[in-house]
Amino acid sequence: MGFDFDVIERSWGYLFREGMTFTLTLTALAMVGGIFFGTILAMMRLSSNRFVSGIAGVYVNFMRSIPLVLVIFWFFFLVPYIGAWIVRSPEPIKVGAFYSALITFTMFEAAYYCEIMRAGIQSIPRGQVWSGYALGLTYGQTMAQIVLPQAFRNMLPVLLTQTIILFQDTSLVYVISATDFLGAAAKVANRDYRLVEMYTFAAVVYFVISYGLSMLVKRLQDRIAIVR
Amino acid sequence: MNYNWHWKVLLETEPGGTGTYLQYLIVGLGWTLVTALAAWVIALSVGAIVGTLRTTPLKWAVRLGNLYVEVFRNVPLIVQMFLWFFVVPELLPAALGDWIKQMPPPWSSYLPAVMCLGIFTSVRVAEQVRAGINSLPRGQRMAGTAMGLTTAQTYRYVILPQAFRIILPPLTSEFMNIIKNSSVALTIGLLELTGRARAMQEFSFRVFEAFTAATVIYLITNLLVVLLMRALERKVRVPGLIAVGGAPMAGH
Repeated sequence: MGFDFDVIERSWGYLFREGMTFTLTLTALAMVGGIFFGTILAMMRLSSNRFVSGIAGVYVNFMRSIPLVLVIFWFFFLVPYIGAWIVRSPEPIKVGAFYSALITFTMFEAAYYCEIMRAGIQSIPRGQVWSGYALGLTYGQTMAQIVLPQAFRNMLPVLLTQTIILFQDTSLVYVISATDFLGAAAKVANRDYRLVEMYTFAAVVYFVISYGLSMLVKRLQDRIAIVR
Repeated sequence: MNYNWHWKVLLETEPGGTGTYLQYLIVGLGWTLVTALAAWVIALSVGAIVGTLRTTPLKWAVRLGNLYVEVFRNVPLIVQMFLWFFVVPELLPAALGDWIKQMPPPWSSYLPAVMCLGIFTSVRVAEQVRAGINSLPRGQRMAGTAMGLTTAQTYRYVILPQAFRIILPPLTSEFMNIIKNSSVALTIGLLELTGRARAMQEFSFRVFEAFTAATVIYLITNLLVVLLMRALERKVRVPGLIAVGGAPMAGH
């Protein structure tokens, strides 16, 4: 069979302006949301209150035990009902694929970011917390001004590596027919019957971005290591 | 939330006529496990070889191993799934490619899915094997050389037996990952557990019953694997070593 790499040039705008924008926006927002909720979950898991740490533990272990594809399906069908419940509408409300995916990835990745942040918080010497209390700071102030900044710094490379995985995982929104980069490539592939060319091209693009980012993380890791 | 639960749907006959929906899902679990186990065999054998090669003094082997790891780590699983299903049969010699494409379902999706999951996971196994070997004291290797063993013998009798016992806990979590990741095979038409839950939702319109049932089955499977592997870990733990959790790793 002949290869027709022309199809990539013809669909360039659609692939990147529409598809890649979706992928990158989803990755960035889900990273911010995931780290935010993940940090809260990590603080909950380390709480001395058994009930609070128990809830966070169950949530994290639950999310880590079921496949991401199943979680994507769950939220795709569940979010309209939850939305209806919040706005007191009698019918399930319509939520687009993007917001459904954003909620899914934020909630799912929070469980993974939580474990990273927990290790980060645990890596801070106890004396740091005690000196915070000795200075008269509250729990919230000690966390926000002493513990978390150091934990973030120590865990930055792992957090970013997790974000690269998140970037790759967003391609699974294919299962709810969203037009992310892979979704766009698949639509072009099926329309023009150019599956071999489009999927090879998609693989190359994902590789270049992920590999480039992982090299940046490596350099960052070396720099942080020297400063410490 | 006004959703009318109808749990009895699990006991109704599925449209294919092979039994109830519950049986339909359990057969799906069977496919999930058969896919995961076959892929695990590939992942372990390829991962062990690549991981070991990356610790040898052979420069070209280390480079080749690094290339392999970087390629398969930086492409999303679903894209690799499409490559194995759509692209590889086209690149093979025409007769072999056609033979794969014309295999009766589900084998035409099963074979690419197993290859994809096996190779994808082998990279992660390779990383664990390398970390396990590097965690051994240097003296072990030197002692092997001092006793007159060749490099190959040192690996066979000194390094690898210890390394594999050390990395069993992280390998457990990789095995659970392969079970979870096999759900991606639904995108190439393999009706494993998640795929069957989705199909059941389409046939019966009972969305949350289908997904709840699948979720519960996954949770039970996970629990069983954890218990089984814990027993195995206790059995093969290296005496005298403190069982330490490794450094936190990013994962999915």
